[in-house]
Amino acid sequence: MQWIFEHLNDIGYYAVQHAWLAGLPLIIGLVISIPLGWLARRYRGLYTPVVVGTGLLYTIPSLALFILMPLIVGTQILDPLNVVIAMTIYTVALLTRTVADGLAAVPESVVASASAMGLGRVRRLFTVELPLAVPVIAAGLRVAAVSNVSIVSVAALIGVPQLGSLFTDGFNRDFLDPIIAGVIACVLLSLAFDIVIVVVTRWLTPWRTA
Amino acid sequence: MSIRTLRASLTALLAVAALTLAACGNSNDALKSGGSGSGGPLIVGGANFTESNILAEIYAGALNGAGIDATTKPNIGSRETYLPALKDGSIDLFPEYTGVLRDYYATKSGTTVSATDPAGVYKELQQVLPSYVRTLQYSAAEDKDSVVVTQDTADKYSLKSIGDLAPVAGKLTLGGPPEWKTRETGLPGLKKVYGVEFGKFTVTDAGGPLTLNALLDGRIDAGNLFTTNPQIPAKHLVALEDPKHLFAAQNVVPLVRSDAFSSKLEQTLNKVSKALTTDALVGLVKRVDVDKEDPKDVADSWLSDNNLS
Amino acid sequence: MNAVLAWLTDPANWHGQDGIPVRTYQHLLYSFVALAAASVIAIPLGLWVGHTGRGRFLAVNLTGGLRAIPSLGLLFTAVMVLGPVLHGDAGIFVPTEIVLTILAVPPILAGAYAGVEEVDPAARDAARGMGMSGAEVLWQVEIPCAMPLLASGMRAATLQVVATATLAATVSLGGLGRFLIDGLGQLDYPQMAGGAVLVALLALLVDLAAATLQRVVVSPGLTRKTGRSIRFRPRRAPVRAT
Repeated sequence: MQWIFEHLNDIGYYAVQHAWLAGLPLIIGLVISIPLGWLARRYRGLYTPVVVGTGLLYTIPSLALFILMPLIVGTQILDPLNVVIAMTIYTVALLTRTVADGLAAVPESVVASASAMGLGRVRRLFTVELPLAVPVIAAGLRVAAVSNVSIVSVAALIGVPQLGSLFTDGFNRDFLDPIIAGVIACVLLSLAFDIVIVVVTRWLTPWRTA
Repeated sequence: MSIRTLRASLTALLAVAALTLAACGNSNDALKSGGSGSGGPLIVGGANFTESNILAEIYAGALNGAGIDATTKPNIGSRETYLPALKDGSIDLFPEYTGVLRDYYATKSGTTVSATDPAGVYKELQQVLPSYVRTLQYSAAEDKDSVVVTQDTADKYSLKSIGDLAPVAGKLTLGGPPEWKTRETGLPGLKKVYGVEFGKFTVTDAGGPLTLNALLDGRIDAGNLFTTNPQIPAKHLVALEDPKHLFAAQNVVPLVRSDAFSSKLEQTLNKVSKALTTDALVGLVKRVDVDKEDPKDVADSWLSDNNLS
Repeated sequence: MNAVLAWLTDPANWHGQDGIPVRTYQHLLYSFVALAAASVIAIPLGLWVGHTGRGRFLAVNLTGGLRAIPSLGLLFTAVMVLGPVLHGDAGIFVPTEIVLTILAVPPILAGAYAGVEEVDPAARDAARGMGMSGAEVLWQVEIPCAMPLLASGMRAATLQVVATATLAATVSLGGLGRFLIDGLGQLDYPQMAGGAVLVALLALLVDLAAATLQRVVVSPGLTRKTGRSIRFRPRRAPVRAT
């Protein structure tokens, strides 16, 4: 315990790195998933290939994706960008299906009345369908956030500094304190992401708490 | 515009803003990479074992003391993993060991090497080094790989040197890092130089706790530990002798990217290499692994003890 | 690409202790032991929570909390704590299985209690009306009706576990993760990419098997109405006493 208090600075530094490496892909992944999920929903035939295809991406082990990224994308070997790109792929893999299902959960009657009111397809998507799909998408985003925080820690095995570095450091030295600190910090970080998503969801969907 | 549309567009705007911020890459060094080539501080890397990380901190500390901006990137991985990072500029400087480094580049270029003494190994190293890196002066401090067994195993099979394993190795399990499967100083070397072929090879780690615990637990009969490991004497383990010098000379030497080289760098690190001794290494590793001190603190105290900070 | 294919088709990689078949078997072993253990813990617990409605708050927060624990950190902790206590191979096998089990519990638990909760109240009501006792309602109505969500929870858990079992290699166990870690140590890209492909393929095959099992086990009456229409059925129609 003493060790944790003496090293709050280091833990904080790693936590910030970790937050970026896990959080940025959430945003980018969400932005990519929305059109993909919409496509999967709009064209019935595309649902299975898109959802299954993206789901397949999730089965690629994270360590492999981190290491092979320089080969695929041409980045430098220790570039944290490798982690960001890989995590974005995982986020898209998780969220595409959620977006598709979220849009599908919007009642037909509401969509029909929106069209009857004269809303064009695009306006209808952004002003009616997406807002109503927010709860489902937010639920998926919360799962993706927690998953991301956990997977990013694996990048410690290739030397990318983040909370996972506390795990490898502690393990190499047969020292439990850094590992415990890292686990607690990861859980707290997941919680922080969760709270932010819940708050933003509430803000975006005032009709649910009215 | 309805409230709903407003909120939705604000969210979209937020997302785009965040993306732009990140794309500019200016807000956080989590997304920055590249060494001094891109104008940042010199990056000193460390491998996936304690001693390497301590040495990285020592180099960085000495350089900072001499006015050269340096930071460390510890725990990167095995040599096979981090040397390409030296090549593409992700790191600038690495603490290395003459023998294994020579063997690594010699295998790559297909050159045969034979020296086993420090000066000879260093000379051959110069011949195989690629142009994008260079070494500075080597230190008297040495840390070699070794094949270690428990006292019981040594007594049971009357083992004193590695060669003694030849008749019994077929029944035994060796534990070591994955790179030992292909390295000249690993399994191929054991077979070639000593005729030792283990019945089974279990991947553990590079002289770390997995190997140590597996050895003490009996999961492996022999393991790869480093000669400066304080647990060898502490746990009454036996490091088998290496009379044919399979592990050659392994003097600590700084490996630096030619682009990052400067004479001030050379002077500073040569002073460090002169002051470093094998005993000092053992003490430093003990402080980090056993006493659980920070590599940086341990490095800083060594530097100030030797008037190098 | 070609190098990866070459590695995958190289017969030398299909023999011996280090070969693909052995590693695949180990990988499946680690995964199934964990899934079995998780099912034994999570299914009864989830069914009980869903059936009685008690402890739901705890169950939801438990699943969320467990999901947040980083597997790598938990694995290292477990090995460091249990390694010295248990001896030999158990010292690394047991901690690994504990971690994989903890990973598998949340989706299965959530699937179980959500599955029971989602059971059409009308069906439950009808069962009671037929004179079934609480336990009979549970076994003959609620569990079969809960199967879709429970099955999807199990599938999610299977995918998670098979993907994460690669981490076992970091503590010197076997499994397909061995190709990743060993390939990393030697910077043998074909080995690493080959390992990645194998894990992905295995996950797919296992998922396919699970999907087939799901089709067999879940009553067709529950799945006939799939798609959008089922989604805007009112969630909990209040049961009014007449």
